[in-house]
Amino acid sequence: MDGFGFSEGHEMKSKTIRRWSAVHTWTSLVCTVFLLLLALTGLPLIFHHEIDHLLGNAPEVKAMPADTPHLNLQQLAEAAERHRPGEVMQYFGFEDDEPNAVLTIMAATAGTEPNSSHTFMLDARTGEALETPSANGGFMLTMLRLHVDMFAGLSGKLLLALMGVLFVVAIVSGTVLYLPFMRRLKFATVRQDKSTRLRWLDLHNLIGVVTLTWALVVGVTGVVSASADLIIAAWRNDSLSAMVAPYRDAPPLTQLAPATRLLDIAEEVAPGMQADFIAFPGTRFSSEHHYAVFMKGSTHLTSHLLTPVLIDASTLQVTAVAERPWYMDAMGMSQPLHFGDYGGMPMKILWATLDVLTIIVLGSGVYLWVVRRKAARPVLEKAESVA
Amino acid sequence: MKPRQSNFWKVFSTPIVIALFSAAGLFAALLGDGVWDSLSWLGLGIPAAVALRGLLPPCRSELARDGRQR
Repeated sequence: MDGFGFSEGHEMKSKTIRRWSAVHTWTSLVCTVFLLLLALTGLPLIFHHEIDHLLGNAPEVKAMPADTPHLNLQQLAEAAERHRPGEVMQYFGFEDDEPNAVLTIMAATAGTEPNSSHTFMLDARTGEALETPSANGGFMLTMLRLHVDMFAGLSGKLLLALMGVLFVVAIVSGTVLYLPFMRRLKFATVRQDKSTRLRWLDLHNLIGVVTLTWALVVGVTGVVSASADLIIAAWRNDSLSAMVAPYRDAPPLTQLAPATRLLDIAEEVAPGMQADFIAFPGTRFSSEHHYAVFMKGSTHLTSHLLTPVLIDASTLQVTAVAERPWYMDAMGMSQPLHFGDYGGMPMKILWATLDVLTIIVLGSGVYLWVVRRKAARPVLEKAESVA
Repeated sequence: MKPRQSNFWKVFSTPIVIALFSAAGLFAALLGDGVWDSLSWLGLGIPAAVALRGLLPPCRSELARDGRQR
């Protein structure tokens, strides 16, 4: 039972069609609930920046004369520690659209897992802390956690990655089936007057085939992002552990060298690049004995590719400028292509439109399956009663 | 073999053109701002517009054309 009812499959053998149809039906059915969750929670996430501003959750960076000098990184780290006594620095992040503030992430220990960290901004000129409530709780974070791991940590991420793979298989098999369905129909035909089922079948095919490329790209980049924990673990095993091997038996640091000059040091060895974020020693992006300054390229394309500079946290000597393995680049490029945040507001609106269209494809797919099953049952029952 | 091939192109030529526009749209904005952004809006706008057009009730001229065909 393929669930679709093909009567006309001369050119593609009907057996082949039934097989593809079974693949399409079952991969779709398994992943649909999860994909609906992802598409629905993804919708507000596309506009998280705007929603934060609207709800007053975005920090207001005070207007000051443009040439007001910035504090150095050590002064900022000390300001952060004064703001949250008893916690330690994990990350400083730098954003192009807010040059006068530094994203700051702190936690009980440097190795604390990301969901237990506290995120806020520091005014780079005064060291004043500006809270970013939506980064630490509330509606948008709930949406994000549902979207990323369904509050189930690594197993949630891997389950969603698997559902993403099924989604890709469903898209490919759906595209194969598009041919026998559309052989006698003009492109974009929507039969309005025959039956509700035919209308939605045509819409499912039409919307599915035109949103195909976008859905494939967002699906594949979503799978890559969901595997980020594994990718980072692989990077730690491959690149990082070799570079920090000489430090394996070194005693743990009790005192960090000041962070003051980290950016200058990194820029010297990575000329033409800009700092994207700094990982303090002990996080999963650094080592126990190193600061890691992640430098991004200066062109549009290379700004998504990060090169880590490892700086000894007691001598401030550069230990290594790490090579970027291909899978870290894949992870870097996946982010914009999944978030849709790289082409201004019109792109966000198109992203949301395509997301809603995907919801319609998912919903109509379930509808078509239910209707076909209902139509098939009486026939089956009749056949059984005859037998 | 021959009829199948012509069927393939008949069915897939428009979707392939739309797929190429979408791919170009997805890629363009990665390369720069300004005109690159506009290209991406065009590329992604085409699939969105075609899909939305299908969801709207058919306009009068289409009904008339369908009537003639029947």
